[in-house]
Amino acid sequence: MATGIRDKVCILGMGCTKFGERWDMSAGDLMIDALRDALEDAGLEKKDLQAAWLGVHIDEVNIGKGGTYAGMNLHLPLIPVTRVENFCASGTEAFRGAAYGVASGAYDIALAIGVEKLKDTGYGGLPDSPAFGQEMIFLGPNATAPGLFAQLATAYAAKFNLPMERVKEAITHVSWKSHQNGAKNPRAHLRKAVSKEQIMGSPMVAYPLGLFDCCGVSDGSAAAIVTTPEIAKKLKPNDPLVKAKALQISVSSGEEAMFDKWDGAGVITTQTAARRAYEEAGIKDPRKEISMMEVHDCFSITELVTMEDLGISPPGGAPDDVLNGFFDLDGQVPCQPDGGLKCFGHPIGASGLRMIFEMYNQLLGRWPEDRAVKNPKFGLTHNLGGIPNGNVASVAIFGVD
Amino acid sequence: MVGISSFGGYVPRYRMNRMLVFGSMGWLNPVIITNARGEKAVANFDEDSITMAVAAGMDCLKGVARDSIGAVYFATSTAPFKERQNANLVAGALGARDEIRSADFGGSLKAGTSALLSALEFAAANEGEKAVVCAADCRLGKMASTQEMVFGDSGASVMVGGDDVIAEYKGSFSVAHDFVDHLRGANTKYDRMWEERWIRDVGYGSFIPQAIKGLCEKHGLNPAEFDKVVYPCYYGGARKKIDGMLGVEGDKVQDDMLATVGDSGAAHPLLMLSAALETAQPGQKILLVSYGSGCDAMWFEVTDNISKVQDGRGVSRWLARRADLDNYQKYLVWRGMAPPELGIRGETDKETRWSLIWRDHKAILGLVGEKCKACGTQQFPPRRMCANPECGVVDEMEPVYLADKGGKVFTYTGDMLAASLSPPAVYGTVSFNGGGRTVMDFTDCAVDDLAVGNPLDFSFRLKFYDPKRDITNYFWKAIPAVEEVK
Repeated sequence: MATGIRDKVCILGMGCTKFGERWDMSAGDLMIDALRDALEDAGLEKKDLQAAWLGVHIDEVNIGKGGTYAGMNLHLPLIPVTRVENFCASGTEAFRGAAYGVASGAYDIALAIGVEKLKDTGYGGLPDSPAFGQEMIFLGPNATAPGLFAQLATAYAAKFNLPMERVKEAITHVSWKSHQNGAKNPRAHLRKAVSKEQIMGSPMVAYPLGLFDCCGVSDGSAAAIVTTPEIAKKLKPNDPLVKAKALQISVSSGEEAMFDKWDGAGVITTQTAARRAYEEAGIKDPRKEISMMEVHDCFSITELVTMEDLGISPPGGAPDDVLNGFFDLDGQVPCQPDGGLKCFGHPIGASGLRMIFEMYNQLLGRWPEDRAVKNPKFGLTHNLGGIPNGNVASVAIFGVD
Repeated sequence: MVGISSFGGYVPRYRMNRMLVFGSMGWLNPVIITNARGEKAVANFDEDSITMAVAAGMDCLKGVARDSIGAVYFATSTAPFKERQNANLVAGALGARDEIRSADFGGSLKAGTSALLSALEFAAANEGEKAVVCAADCRLGKMASTQEMVFGDSGASVMVGGDDVIAEYKGSFSVAHDFVDHLRGANTKYDRMWEERWIRDVGYGSFIPQAIKGLCEKHGLNPAEFDKVVYPCYYGGARKKIDGMLGVEGDKVQDDMLATVGDSGAAHPLLMLSAALETAQPGQKILLVSYGSGCDAMWFEVTDNISKVQDGRGVSRWLARRADLDNYQKYLVWRGMAPPELGIRGETDKETRWSLIWRDHKAILGLVGEKCKACGTQQFPPRRMCANPECGVVDEMEPVYLADKGGKVFTYTGDMLAASLSPPAVYGTVSFNGGGRTVMDFTDCAVDDLAVGNPLDFSFRLKFYDPKRDITNYFWKAIPAVEEVK
């Protein structure tokens, strides 16, 4: 009988670069910084790493395929390096691989590292790629990520019979809150607080999403070094330990894309991964028990529906919660305390690990007063990759002992 | 007896007032003011002769079992492919079987009637088997040319056969001349013409009467006997002369649609014929004449069946569905006459994988989905495994032609980031009537025209053009249901 990952894996150390337009840095340069910080935090050396998982999404216009780029740029000691790619959950997948590696007993200490170098692609936004295969070039729409996620807004407004102005008001608050938080974070890509008027009045990218409803496109890298609680206690006998409470991935079955049941106003995989994660972590009432979250706010509308998909807000209740400040830094369940994808930035392969980095440091109480979440118990991270009609979602939960 | 059993028309949504062309280009060639009356129909950025032929064909084939079609002929002087039969794309989009006769007709503006004659002869030789003719043209004149003023874009379609004949085919007479009034070489984009007075007087002015005279002599007819005379001629003076010569006037002369569509080349005689059939009465005699490198003349007698197909099909509803193209530069960009900056997304190299296209050709050309024999779930695109999570059986699918089924808006957006010649790129998730969903492009609409639940039709459109390999790719897009268009 499977028992899940709860309390079987500890984070020994983490590193995360500043995200942003790192014109002077290659992907390898960024990974060197993330790895150095993680090793320093863990009190380990490179030779202590027994296996590595590399999370990266885009290949041909980025670092190419396979694990060699990481092995050769970081001069890793001939250890296994497994490249994982699962859309925007790639960083979380790298963490999951490393976690399973140590939980299985195959390794004592494993590295998860994520990276993406988006600012060499020449694109504002993500580069065009046949992400759903060659067939979709001929059968799919001429679309980009903002438009495909904007679909959530029209379906959400229709399902709950809301005027689009109400949805826009709520998602404006979502972005406003993330800018407030990002402004305080030295590692964040976008560090300006903006007014709701600026957000609301920004140029339309894909109806009803304006420029400020879309996250930053950034370069960056983040890394985690994991082990088992037994080893961690030996290595850090006096330190509080951050443990994985749940690591869940759910991939679309094709039902959303082709069948008639999906309501279009939420994401089935997020709902599924969350349900499994709460069970794995032993959480009964997420609205009360989750202390803070880093969710996949690639677009403000994604964050809005995610509040319901995670079971934090009731169906149709997210706009009220958002506008009441429930998810603000001083609210009941702070969401995106580090600025989120919106402001921290979104180097795809690094994003999942960046979210874990934030939860890890919040749980250890390492952040300054002005951006610390009070007495956190459980931190949740969430990634959503692909499009609402076909995607991969990850939900991970971390706690501190 | 064989004859016409249905008809259809298509006029693209955008219309450009000819004064807009004059206002933009009159400085270069002031004489174009002489043709600056009315408006011309302009194909949308994602339309060409193939897509307009399909649109007309869909109009014509309303309620027709696609399996019953024995031949599909495509006529145009602006075929997208020199090698790769264009008619097979049209046939695939119309949902015809594989085991049919198909042919392209081109090379002259009488190609539409040449195709119609061949179709009638096919039906006569094959016990009245159905043949569908789809004609369309999208010809270009250079900026500030007479051709730019006169030409318009449209499609027209006629189905012929031995059953349910609405206009009996009575006979024909043709003339062929290597009379080069208009010309495009194999590598030429824009139409060239010789002196207009020569074209008017020697071309239209003598060949059309020659063909009609020949037809009447052959069949013992007097031109004045015809209730409707259908022929293209964009010279008003020449038309008057020809009408006078024939002894026809008023309602008997079918409107040349110059003020509303423009001269749409190989499609034009059939477009005018479709318009004539919309209001034709039983017993009427119709004369149809084409013009271009000679003439085909043919005549028909309308039967009692005509009222059965006077159900809204034809040209009128497409003429009523209109939007102003109020921007001459947009026209230039859409027609590939001026290079726009589309950004890096516009430069994406999309190679056409022919083996993939062949494997998926029913889905791509005909929007053919499938229905699960086990649970009845309709779905698109075709897959071996049923999409119903409660079912999931494998290899139990039967094909379903979805192109004429329509659907509803499930989600939508207008995307300014996607590279498009008509931004924002409008797309969303469509629910097919009868079940199944897909994410697809929308066209002929703005975001403001859409709402969740609105009814949609499907329209075969140019999907993307690959300039590196000179390949035009096609697929279906959703358009607001035509009856719904204000």
